[in-house]
Amino acid sequence: MHLIQEMFSYPFMQRAFVVGILVSLCAALLGPSMVLKRYAMIGDGLSHVGFGTLAAATMLHTAPLAISLPVVILAAFLLLRLKESSFLLPDAAIALISTASLAFGVMVISISTGMNTDVCNYLFGTILGVTQKELWLTVCLSLFVILAFLFWYHRIFSITFDEIFASAVGCSASISQGLLALMTALTIVLGMRTMGALLISSLLVVPALTSMQVFGSFRAVILCSILLSLICFCIGLMVSYVCATPTGASISLLHIICFICFFAFRKIKERM
Amino acid sequence: MQLLHCENLSFSYDGKVAVKDVTFSISSGEYICIVGENGSGKSTLVKGLLQLHPPSGGTLRLGDCLKGGIGYLPQQKTSWKHFPASVLEVTLSGCLNRMKLRPFYGKKEKQQAMENLERMGIAHLHHHCFRELSGGQQQRVLLARALCAAKHLLILDEPIASLDPIAAKEFYEQIQRLHTELHMAVLMVSHDMKNALSYGKKILHLDTKQLFFGTTDAYLATGAGQRFGERGQQISCT
Repeated sequence: MHLIQEMFSYPFMQRAFVVGILVSLCAALLGPSMVLKRYAMIGDGLSHVGFGTLAAATMLHTAPLAISLPVVILAAFLLLRLKESSFLLPDAAIALISTASLAFGVMVISISTGMNTDVCNYLFGTILGVTQKELWLTVCLSLFVILAFLFWYHRIFSITFDEIFASAVGCSASISQGLLALMTALTIVLGMRTMGALLISSLLVVPALTSMQVFGSFRAVILCSILLSLICFCIGLMVSYVCATPTGASISLLHIICFICFFAFRKIKERM
Repeated sequence: MQLLHCENLSFSYDGKVAVKDVTFSISSGEYICIVGENGSGKSTLVKGLLQLHPPSGGTLRLGDCLKGGIGYLPQQKTSWKHFPASVLEVTLSGCLNRMKLRPFYGKKEKQQAMENLERMGIAHLHHHCFRELSGGQQQRVLLARALCAAKHLLILDEPIASLDPIAAKEFYEQIQRLHTELHMAVLMVSHDMKNALSYGKKILHLDTKQLFFGTTDAYLATGAGQRFGERGQQISCT
């Protein structure tokens, strides 16, 4: 109890807590649809794009989110388009874009400042960096994601389950898909601060996979993902505070541990 | 009452013509089977009728009673093997066309979904996980979903492709019941010549172009019909 009180006496911890909770919530909502629509790698690709834009922002000395947001949103739409067209193999296209932006980022950094702590923070996440301005931006955008998801919940379920049927009953697949791309892009950019560019996609993918091991309905999977995300975030934040470990990595590892437990639980249940 | 009418309807994919000059119509209470070889444009035509592709030529007119949606039964998807969804969730998604801007389903939709599950004889499974059902049961859930979406027309895309013979027979009987009891018009794409000829009242034979459209009896009298009919019998004998 004393520990928690001490933790929250720092304003930067309060900010990190709010941002982290909101981002975890967004990621948990979107995760199941991303995994089930075979878009898991898109999240990963987008986070690499995010890293590239952060490097560019560092060089230009501008606010990182101002550049990251539009570019990552654009990349999200591009990747979804690529997935539908037969122009390139979709998974190869994602690899192409993500390595390209990673290479671009590394080049920009080496030319401008070298691998300093600032860049390292963006790669692996830090809880110290959230400024007051970023806090407000995160609150607004994640509330938008959460409300949009709730409002479109049944449509998102329908296009995730069966796109053709959804279009046949007049639920436009391209609008829902665009919305999904937009929400994912927002979640990834906002989460890069606390989780780090390389780890944010674990927040999207792993809780969804974990819940899918045990639950058999879409709603239960989403609720379980939310619960897991919140629990893992709180414990991860405390662990990283007490042991001085990187926040993003602590949370990711907790998620992986949960996955292993749920997976084992399912296997044991199947045996019985 | 005419539900759907197409005239010289054509569809093309990436500049390649997939369906050319198809002229036919469906009236309420009809049972039409679309037959043809693989790659003869059957599925393309169905997607076109569902207005997922714009036609490259000709006209497609939908009757007013189809504006709310068409009951569509897709081919089985491999991605469903992992999909966590309850039977009720899947069935309810058929009510989506009546939602307009409401974000959540109301009592009426739930009641309708349960009624349609009841009609398919699987209401007791409504809390079960869709991926754990047998192929025949999954097909019934999808049929219940299609019934939630439409009152007048069902379009079935190779519905028995993934079913074993017993489940397939039950499925045909189920469709026949919906056809007679609810006066539902049925448009079925099928590879199963024998059943297509015995259940379908009219046949549309496609090979990119339209080879035949008319009653089953007239079809059997044509050369192509005889060839197919014999082959159907041979297949059913072996």
